[in-house]
Amino acid sequence: MHFTPFEIEETRRMFQEQHLDVRTVTVGISLYDCVSHSLSVFIDRVYEKMQRVAGNIRACAQEIESLYGIPIINTRVSLTPLALVSAGACTSVEDLCLLGERVDEAAQAIGIDFVGGFSALLHKDMTDHDTLFVESIPQVLTRSTCLCSSLSLAHSSSGINVDAVYATADLILKASKAGPLGPARFVGFANVPDDNPFMAGAFHGVGEGESAVHVGVSGPGAVLATVREYPDAPLHILADKIKRTAFKITRLGQLVADEAARRLGINAGIVDLSLAPTPVVGDSVARILESIGVSVCGAPGTTMALSLLNTAIKKGGMMASTNVGGLSGSFLPVSEDEGMAEAVAKGVLTLQKLEALTSVCSVGLDMIAVPGDISVGTLAGIIGDEMAIGVVNHKTTAIRIVPAKDKKVGDWVHLGGLLGEAPVIDVTNFPETKLFSRGGRVPPPITAFRN
Amino acid sequence: MHSVITVLGKDKTGIISTVSRVIAAHKANILDISQTTMQKTFVMMMMIDVEENNYKSLREDLQNEAKELQMTINTYHEDVYNAMHRI
Repeated sequence: MHFTPFEIEETRRMFQEQHLDVRTVTVGISLYDCVSHSLSVFIDRVYEKMQRVAGNIRACAQEIESLYGIPIINTRVSLTPLALVSAGACTSVEDLCLLGERVDEAAQAIGIDFVGGFSALLHKDMTDHDTLFVESIPQVLTRSTCLCSSLSLAHSSSGINVDAVYATADLILKASKAGPLGPARFVGFANVPDDNPFMAGAFHGVGEGESAVHVGVSGPGAVLATVREYPDAPLHILADKIKRTAFKITRLGQLVADEAARRLGINAGIVDLSLAPTPVVGDSVARILESIGVSVCGAPGTTMALSLLNTAIKKGGMMASTNVGGLSGSFLPVSEDEGMAEAVAKGVLTLQKLEALTSVCSVGLDMIAVPGDISVGTLAGIIGDEMAIGVVNHKTTAIRIVPAKDKKVGDWVHLGGLLGEAPVIDVTNFPETKLFSRGGRVPPPITAFRN
Repeated sequence: MHSVITVLGKDKTGIISTVSRVIAAHKANILDISQTTMQKTFVMMMMIDVEENNYKSLREDLQNEAKELQMTINTYHEDVYNAMHRI
């Protein structure tokens, strides 16, 4: 036999007992050729192109699932940031809402789970159209069901756009008035990647081609099983074992990416190596950290354990993939990870500790429920701090924060499905300061000037 | 395409003949087979060559037989094992 019984059994266990799956197959689509000064022409072109390029994505994913036995959880589409291509056609908030609704309808007609790209790149400054675009986001989120929105707020080469940070805090609070699912479909970034397949931050970046298929793998359950298999191994040995598992998980992602590209007739894009948890027990990043040796996720030692995990995932995944991209690290979405949510409920995992963790993980403050009466200034401060960590460390950081209307600290917010549930985390509201009324930009770090 | 079939469960007569009959009915060819019993548990691994068009129905029929035999049958594409276990 070409394969050993151990290899065959290991594969079976990963799929059937450790929740190994491909989280998403995401088709990126350029909308440059859809631009028009007529709203109806522009909207029709976007709708038609989504159908033409990605219309078969669901059937394709089902065929691959059937052929390889690999579960594919979501199919998604990411678009050119709509702020870049909508200035001619959309001259009011209502125009932008109509655009958002039509994109949402196109996604539903295709049968995908999410569409990303109601996005703008504001990391240095904002055009007049960008200002209108940001203003429209709360309404667009309310009037859609699967459309995701994101803003680039900061970059290591240009610094932090403080006005955009404040506007982001304001729009998150406005969107939260209609419920928690709007803010759950919005993310603000520092150093946003152009080829991210994960939501809510996916868009088809300015340097991308006509279209591409990106794949986001998953696999916390398989990594957890590996860590539990070596309860007494020294940490460098454990890191090596995690690397080997990450390699296997990522090779599956590459297999799916290549096959999806071939079947759809479009270019294979990137594989995102991220460990993406789900609310299912046994599919948690927090439980991995606890199995490495931290008593409760958030206790002292958690940042060190996360740095080991994140580094091992990257090293194992890099060799397994033809093109690595997206976020590629370990996600810490509180509501989507039952271990994280429990650690917040215990009061061990705090906002401050989560912020520290984001300096060594791939994303940022993700799916955190905060009290609905949080002030704009406090929320802007939390966002600004997160942007600074990304900008100075030349890494992606992001915020996906859900203000929970009429809820207080400790109350649970139930979002459903992959979004899970989380207790409202403790946030202290401080009086408004001059920080944001000053406006302007925080200049980039000296390490940005490498020419 | 090549696929690896594994059969696990309590040993009894007729397992190989039943599985082979399903495979033959889908015009698939057995390339390699190994079988053993470990502590009264029957373990069989098989590499088959099958037309992609017949693969889905083969898997479905194998699952139906697995219920009849009260055994576990797993079927994965060879590419999955190559991706995970070969550089």
